[in-house]
Amino acid sequence: MATRLKPVDVVTVGVGWAGSILGKELAQAGLKVVGLERGDNRTQADFALPQTHDQYKYDRQLELFEQTSRSTLTFRNDYREVARPMRRHGPFPWGQGVGGAGFHWAGWTWRHHPWDFKTKKMTTERYGANAIPADATIQDWPMTYEELEPSYDKFEYTCGISGTAGNIQGTIRPGGNPFEGARTRDFPNPPLTRSYVETLFTKAATDLGYHPFPVPAAQMSRPYTNPDGITMGACLYCGYCMNYPCEVAAKATPQTAVLPAAFKTGNYELRSHAAVQRINVSGNRATSVTYVDAHGREFEQPADIILLTAFTWSNTHLLLLSGLGKPYDPATGTGVVGKNYAWHAGLPYVPMQFDKEVITNPFMGAGALCTSIADLQGDNFDHAGLGFVGGAIIQILAMGWGPLTFQPTPRGTPTWGSAWKKSVAYYYNRSAQIVGLHDHLSYRGNYLSLDPTYRDYWGNPLLRLTYDFGPNERKLSQYLTGIGEKVARAMGASHYGSYGLGEHFDAGVPYGIIHQVGGAMTGSDPTKSVVNRYLQSWDAHNVFVVGASAFPQISSFNPTGTVGALAYWTAGAIKDRYLRKPGPLV
Amino acid sequence: MIDRREFLAVLATAVAALGTREAIAGSPHAQRDVLPVADLGSLQKAYTFFNPTEAEFIEAAIARLIPNDDLGQGALEADVSYFIDRLMTSEYGSGARFYNQGPFGDTTRYQGYQLPLTPPEVYRAGIAATNRYCEEKHGKRFAQLDAGAQDEVLNALQSIGLEKVSGATFFGQLLSDTKDGFFSDPVYGGNRDMIGWKLVGFPGVAANYATTIGKNEPYDVAPVDLGALRARVPVDEHGHPIHQNAAAGVIRPTTAPVPSPSDRQTADAAHTKTTFFV
Repeated sequence: MATRLKPVDVVTVGVGWAGSILGKELAQAGLKVVGLERGDNRTQADFALPQTHDQYKYDRQLELFEQTSRSTLTFRNDYREVARPMRRHGPFPWGQGVGGAGFHWAGWTWRHHPWDFKTKKMTTERYGANAIPADATIQDWPMTYEELEPSYDKFEYTCGISGTAGNIQGTIRPGGNPFEGARTRDFPNPPLTRSYVETLFTKAATDLGYHPFPVPAAQMSRPYTNPDGITMGACLYCGYCMNYPCEVAAKATPQTAVLPAAFKTGNYELRSHAAVQRINVSGNRATSVTYVDAHGREFEQPADIILLTAFTWSNTHLLLLSGLGKPYDPATGTGVVGKNYAWHAGLPYVPMQFDKEVITNPFMGAGALCTSIADLQGDNFDHAGLGFVGGAIIQILAMGWGPLTFQPTPRGTPTWGSAWKKSVAYYYNRSAQIVGLHDHLSYRGNYLSLDPTYRDYWGNPLLRLTYDFGPNERKLSQYLTGIGEKVARAMGASHYGSYGLGEHFDAGVPYGIIHQVGGAMTGSDPTKSVVNRYLQSWDAHNVFVVGASAFPQISSFNPTGTVGALAYWTAGAIKDRYLRKPGPLV
Repeated sequence: MIDRREFLAVLATAVAALGTREAIAGSPHAQRDVLPVADLGSLQKAYTFFNPTEAEFIEAAIARLIPNDDLGQGALEADVSYFIDRLMTSEYGSGARFYNQGPFGDTTRYQGYQLPLTPPEVYRAGIAATNRYCEEKHGKRFAQLDAGAQDEVLNALQSIGLEKVSGATFFGQLLSDTKDGFFSDPVYGGNRDMIGWKLVGFPGVAANYATTIGKNEPYDVAPVDLGALRARVPVDEHGHPIHQNAAAGVIRPTTAPVPSPSDRQTADAAHTKTTFFV
């Protein structure tokens, strides 16, 4: 029997970027907020040297990630197959604990391109309706880039993003991304110091006619105090960054950039090891959430506003477990919860090695110390005759790689024995990597649902992922692979390999990229979306579902910048409108 | 306080006083203590998971996977066998963090690892089956074969089925763990004296690279492991080590290795894929 707790104003289910930002904003507005986090709570005291510089702990044991024994997904490529659990972290691991994906992340902080919000309309206008595959279910967002711009700005200033602006109020600026949507003002911090491999990439890409620029980074290029008065340290380029906590708090995370301001209000309470099982709904309102603590005790927490701010999968999982919204059925195309799932494919991948005196010092770096080109992103280039929609951001990586996970050898080198040993010894310090991150359409057959057989640690049905690439993605990946090879040649690589998507998504391949979107998409039609333009549930007006679960499809850009912007966007809608008149905002 | 190196030297002297290694090997009680390792320091090591036959296999196999050759010591000398032994009883290495609930039914080839076996069970089954394969083919256990024959067996493993587990699954686990043990911080029991890190030029615990990032220059320093950071090395105001120049005597290739078509080991291109979770 659940213990019924004292009601509060707001509950956030999950304390990552969305949960911490909404928690902070609403606590600052005077509401009593409780953040419920399924995982544990690690604080800066746990991140001191020497323990943080331990590749085995963080890159192999994956200390910041969820254990599949607690929670995983079942997977199949096609709805006619029987799904099986991802027993290990096959294609990618996923975060757990306070901070969530914003804790283990690399810090790439992109905005979506204005085109990303109206892909369907723009593609149809330029290339005709037939350019979009018949089984694609892409939808345009119900809001525009221009509407979200102030929220992007807030997130970037909260995080102290280091970068070079390419477009400030319509003026194109040298060294930035000339294709980006207009910004109101410059980044809060100048770009990080570039690595040598980026210098090589920049020259090669420029020679090829592209426009390279620094990836906007959540690592501080100098000490920074954000608008909430929280100070973060300057990055030391130590290379222990993505998958790691930062011992000098130079990487913006919910812990380093947001939560201290929430606690300061006196209105915010964080409960870790609180695994929410259900949202309890009565009529068109949710009344409470039920959670289980680390000792298996069940609690009911009533709240006036319930914010689903967990990872993409967990948001959809909780909606399905709670019976909130109509589950999607691919056979009939009806229902919405679980629909338009997509993965952010991190391919093509072009590793390269140099025989001449190029010293890459791969152990130095920062998670977002990367240089990108966006010339082939979205619709920044003419697709006539190419046979696919969308494009990619393509970048050279200087993220910091220890030898446990980075053992570069030219293609064709044996994987063991003296030949392998000699090759790794020679090339570890003479290697670089280019990766493309590309658009992925949503399809009728790709969706999330509850598994009929397998259960998680708490006894709930596992979330079931039915997913495969479409022909659009295979063609796009093939095209981009050629571009990656061209840049590698221009950089003077002596050897390079290139890897595209392959025929089918394979849960046994360590693709690496965790970005997941969809399942609770935003839209303007209640029969075609789970939440409205303010990410408010169509079915229960005091429930908001905030995160990449709201994306109708994945853009080429990493989702976190847009997740942060959506959190500020929803916080604004709640503060400015919902609190005055609780009810549907649309 | 006596440090580890001094302790080993003292121990070696004590052992020498008792007699030669061969003499110890002749004693039935000491037999498992005498292993084909590079120095007597390993006498303080022991296996807590692998039985003597399994340990013998692991030592022989890792000595072929990362050999002691003209570039210096390999996985055996780096104590990787002890790293793997310790892995078998750790929470992570034993598979306790992985989803292991049934049913284990038919799968497609795209659904990832679907065997009911935990990593220790893969080792147990794989070692026993490989030794049976060697007995049938050569009349000897794996460890008793010469290096050339061992390499042939390791190559064959990648394409043959064994009882309970495929040769490829077993080999993949063994190779992956061997490389992990060669490149992980020595605190986990392998990478003794940072042999793996010195081979590739990895500095271990990082210093402040704010002024060195971006330079096309070698950063050749003596690596620092977690234990050294705690005990000995000078640090900056953040607690990061101040790296010292590398000691002389580290061997590293100076010319690009040319992959030879006669290399018998099969090349697996996907293995060079670095994982990243941006």
